[in-house]
Amino acid sequence: MFKFSAASDWMLFLLFSAVVLTMPIWLAPIGANYPDLMQRFAIFGLFAIGFNLLFGLTGYLSFGHAAFLGVGSYTAVWSFKLLTMNVLPAIGLAILTAGLFALVIGFVSLRRSGIYFSILTLAFAQMSYNLAYSVLTPITNGESGLQLTLSDPRVIDTAMGEVVGRSLPSTNLFGIKMSGMPGFYFCAVVLIIGFFISLRIFRSPFGTMLRAIKSNQTRMSYTGFNTRPYLLAVFVISGMYAGLAGGLMAVTDPLAGAERMQWTASGEVVLMTILGGAGTLIGPVLGAGIIKYFENIFSAYNTTQLNQVFAALPDGLQEIMVSVASMFVGKSWHLTLGLMFVIVVIFLPGGIMEGVRRIGGLFRRGQKSPESASAAAASTTQA
Amino acid sequence: MDNTVLHVADVHKSFAGLHALSDIDLSVKEGETHAIIGPNGAGKSTLLNVCIGRLKPDTGHVVFDGENLTGRAPHEINQLGVVRVFQTPEIFPDLNLLENVMVPILAKRDGSFKLRWFRRFWSEVDVRKKATDILEDLGLGPQIQSLATSLSRGDKRRLELAMGLAQEPRLLLLDEPTAGMARHDTNATIDLLKKIKASGMTKVIIEHDMHVVFSLADRISVLAGGRIICQGTPEEVKNDPRVKEAYLGEEQV
Repeated sequence: MFKFSAASDWMLFLLFSAVVLTMPIWLAPIGANYPDLMQRFAIFGLFAIGFNLLFGLTGYLSFGHAAFLGVGSYTAVWSFKLLTMNVLPAIGLAILTAGLFALVIGFVSLRRSGIYFSILTLAFAQMSYNLAYSVLTPITNGESGLQLTLSDPRVIDTAMGEVVGRSLPSTNLFGIKMSGMPGFYFCAVVLIIGFFISLRIFRSPFGTMLRAIKSNQTRMSYTGFNTRPYLLAVFVISGMYAGLAGGLMAVTDPLAGAERMQWTASGEVVLMTILGGAGTLIGPVLGAGIIKYFENIFSAYNTTQLNQVFAALPDGLQEIMVSVASMFVGKSWHLTLGLMFVIVVIFLPGGIMEGVRRIGGLFRRGQKSPESASAAAASTTQA
Repeated sequence: MDNTVLHVADVHKSFAGLHALSDIDLSVKEGETHAIIGPNGAGKSTLLNVCIGRLKPDTGHVVFDGENLTGRAPHEINQLGVVRVFQTPEIFPDLNLLENVMVPILAKRDGSFKLRWFRRFWSEVDVRKKATDILEDLGLGPQIQSLATSLSRGDKRRLELAMGLAQEPRLLLLDEPTAGMARHDTNATIDLLKKIKASGMTKVIIEHDMHVVFSLADRISVLAGGRIICQGTPEEVKNDPRVKEAYLGEEQV
């Protein structure tokens, strides 16, 4: 009777886990099965899941989530420098610090709603970005970014009797090096855990209250709810997801720079979430994957490759096609992304997930009444 | 006056020099249904807004069961058991009917803030059962799974009422509960309100429809020009010459 039964949620979770863990297999045909890119899918997927908890459930559009991402990265690198190369403390501390940051920024920003909230979060993020370049240089190492050095103390590792050789140590999980495929699987497992928590929040009384706040915040207070702590709680959770993503970035590549906090990074996660479908469970991960795929694959195309693609065409035509197509790939791949975004927002305001739902709806209708299947098929071709 | 549950004492409220309410003194006794009537612009809705904390009075205060409501946040007033049913439906349009009613029940049960993120919302079987019963009582049973935004205007009013009743308020403030309803629905709502009255819930009701007022109210206050010009039983009010002049004269009762 109920749309979201416990059983169907478990099915969704298992399916999601299976899809994530088999990424190296099914991404092979589209040339995206190398660990570096798949790690990025998982990390930005987490970032978008966290952002979606805030934006998708409450409708509060934060334009400063990159600040928490940056804070997470810096914290993780400091943990590698001062404590240990083990990734667990780094990630734990990254989540904690980002959560504290989110508590402060959220406490102030949530005094306003709508566009004013967005502007406040943007202002805080830009402030953090500029501080990282100026006053906080001792912590952030300014423009060159925070990096590991051979002279780092690494208190825990030293106490455990590990000796630093001539090269920089790599991040590890109790001895397993976090690069290549093990690194990907680590990120994938964290993504699955993050997805599970997001699923629980979506289906919980807490999640329902957040959706009610999005639907009619005034009514919530006349219904006896203090909306501020609900919003602050989800803002902090969302910030912790961003911190986790930032921490994982440092795990896969242990350096942190201020550019991670820039407003373009905050905007990117907004795009990912809206492209995939804000307020849906899968949408943000899908959006993150698509944008990162395009960023890596399309931007890698160059004129030589394009010439090969259009090699079958006559000479003159080939030149025209290559010059047209080169506007959409390589350095200007953003044009493709922009066009895709415009098309999705105009035709599928609910994001790609809305498209998936529509197709699913057609399919189900066809299944229910076989005699009307041909009619449904006819309407599909019309649509 | 020992069983007075709501006391509005000497309340003034003006908007940019316009006196919306002056010298309002009103006592509502435990268990009674108190109707507030008056011509348009008399200040009826302003009075309700002062009671639930949407507006702060310039002077005076509102006391509910020994607690001063003036200056309190709306959610605190609700948690004390003062619930308002709005005239223009203030529902949760993007939630389904069941959720619309379950949310107020949870507010009553869990208080103004509780972070329960791991439990499943639909596992709240008792709350779900209670919400279903209320919705079925109000004739919204067949639609409990549809989104509130898809309801007709009359059904939205009924949902609004269901959300108010779900909290089992100690004081229910009803703002024109039958406005915009068809005759048939109005009668059904009157029957329902009579049933609630029998349960002993204290109610303050603003209403234009004299049929509704006289079939429900124990006492009536007549508001005109921001002042209470008359207070008493329906019989007393009906025969008061000042009331006839200000209000009833226009439409024969």
